[in-house]
Amino acid sequence: MAKVKLATVWLEACAGCHMSFLDIDDRILGLLEKVDIMYSPVVDAKEIPKVDIGVISGALGNDEEVHLAKKMREQCDILIAWGDCAVFGGINTMRNFMPAEEALKKAYVDTVSTVNPEGIIPGEDIPQLLPKAIPVDQVVKVDVYVPGCPPDADTILWVFQELLEGRIPKVPAEMMRYD
Amino acid sequence: MGTVRKIEVNPITRIEGHGKITVHLDENGTVSEARFHVTQFRGFEAFTKGRDFREMPEITPRICGICPVSHHLASAKACDAILGVQITSTAHKLRELLHMGQFVQSHALSFFHLSSPDLLFGFDADPAIRNIVGVAAKFPEIATKGIMLRKFGQEIIKTLGGKKVHPWHSIPGGVNRSIKESERDSYLKEIPTMKGYVKDALELVKGYLQEHKDEVSTFAPMKTSYMGLVADGFLELYDGDIRLRGARGRIIDEFPDWAYADYIGEHVEPWSYLKFPFYRPLGYPNGSYRVGPLGRLNACDDISTPEASEELKLYRQAGEEGIVHDVLYYHYARLIEALYGVERIEQLLEDPDITGSDLRITSNELYPEGIGVIEAPRGTLIHHYKVDESGAITDVNLIVATGHNNFAMNKGVEAIAKAYIKGDDVPEGVMNRMEHLIRCYDPCLSCSTHAVGKMPLELSIVDNSGEILRKIYKD
Repeated sequence: MAKVKLATVWLEACAGCHMSFLDIDDRILGLLEKVDIMYSPVVDAKEIPKVDIGVISGALGNDEEVHLAKKMREQCDILIAWGDCAVFGGINTMRNFMPAEEALKKAYVDTVSTVNPEGIIPGEDIPQLLPKAIPVDQVVKVDVYVPGCPPDADTILWVFQELLEGRIPKVPAEMMRYD
Repeated sequence: MGTVRKIEVNPITRIEGHGKITVHLDENGTVSEARFHVTQFRGFEAFTKGRDFREMPEITPRICGICPVSHHLASAKACDAILGVQITSTAHKLRELLHMGQFVQSHALSFFHLSSPDLLFGFDADPAIRNIVGVAAKFPEIATKGIMLRKFGQEIIKTLGGKKVHPWHSIPGGVNRSIKESERDSYLKEIPTMKGYVKDALELVKGYLQEHKDEVSTFAPMKTSYMGLVADGFLELYDGDIRLRGARGRIIDEFPDWAYADYIGEHVEPWSYLKFPFYRPLGYPNGSYRVGPLGRLNACDDISTPEASEELKLYRQAGEEGIVHDVLYYHYARLIEALYGVERIEQLLEDPDITGSDLRITSNELYPEGIGVIEAPRGTLIHHYKVDESGAITDVNLIVATGHNNFAMNKGVEAIAKAYIKGDDVPEGVMNRMEHLIRCYDPCLSCSTHAVGKMPLELSIVDNSGEILRKIYKD
């Protein structure tokens, strides 16, 4: 049987969901017998290829992340949102209560150790912030939701196993967590 | 004005965050400048204003899922200072145990999962196999050791903090849980195996450095100052003074962590969300320095645990006057610290205090300001909070580990670009060399920008009018 092709991307988030994926530890070796990781922060491909399963961790907070989310949706058959940031927007949405400019000014001009007499705000050759950080499904359709901060490694693995069995998983109550 | 061109590498892969590289070419196609951009910003310093300070040890770990424990602990230390308490000996040791669990898991991830593919397959190898999956297929024993070493660290974190990622263990004034004797004993049993895994990795790295002396000495060579925490001159990761040692071995300065703002400033560039810290008395960029494993092993006089101390002596033979500058030695230094981490876990577990029940000191007083500094796996991490009389946050400053290396990463990328790139012909191996330079520093770019950000890498060739001629690795 041909291996299932997987792509994972980490957008506006802390990497914790990918770390939780790695926390399946040596069980990853068994998974790799059935799944090819085509695109992911842990491999070297630079563009998202056509895949069976796409995973997005992280919210959407800048224009590049929106682009990548759309690209992932185009390239995959089934799209999974991993973690509270992708599912709900997560901690990133705490900045939605203030203008993006105010958050930037605090970080790049106002902190006690910043030395920035000209008041430079970064923005050259780098992505521009959206006015608010938003969950993935405000821009593209999501097929499977796996919340948690992060979702437990066992839950992440269970979702893959269900998909490999040909079922669209719905995370059961005992595996659901939000902390 | 002649034509200037820019090459872009995006995303940079196998790093912990989001970034890209642009290489600027002059009219003759010669590299004039290279920039490493951090492309994400999340705004933690702004959006935590108004929160109760006691929430910070839970909020700030979300800056980074790779070393959440670092933020958790730096934050807890800042909160201790706001309460004006000195935590108990048991709490101190439990926090350090959590921290060592993190050092072991994070250093294992950096070495085995992210960097070993380059060392095992070579920088010019097929990108399709040059990853941890390729390592698992070709060198299953090495991959398994990496996975199990990382797991060992993660399990300690879970035991103390309930979860492997974003644990909850430290609270202002102490910790919320001790370790049971049965848990202690089961980790103690694993110590010899884990030491063995680290030592096998050390042999691998030493062999690599020995066999690739030319590549190592010409891989973006640079000499800088180095920063790290020390306690009585020894390497210290949880609580010490900040020391800065010069490129030729002289101690430039040593100051208490709470005085950091008098000594460390941060410069801003318009093209990166990551700021550029520097030593204020020398200004920017002369006051730039490096942190992390290489920085710490240069800053300290010695390591307090016996096996890591022995290894440090061997390591320093590669340096000039005992100072090791070559960036590929970051991997070696990182593994020496992993060995220290395992030895320190053993010492802490054997300490009778570790199973104590005196976990927390309470206080009804609030001081207006608290500063917490620790060594995160990637370097010195600073949390600084101000609160009002109710305990609501009025001001936050975070200086994260990866930031301190920002200047060095930029200069390193530029050195490689200058050495290998002429015109817009950029061989795959060169791209990967630039990426590996970044990987040496093991940057945690989600931390760095605490961050609305992420770090795949993009290389663009830009001409001198600013027009992008060609982008590599990106549509």
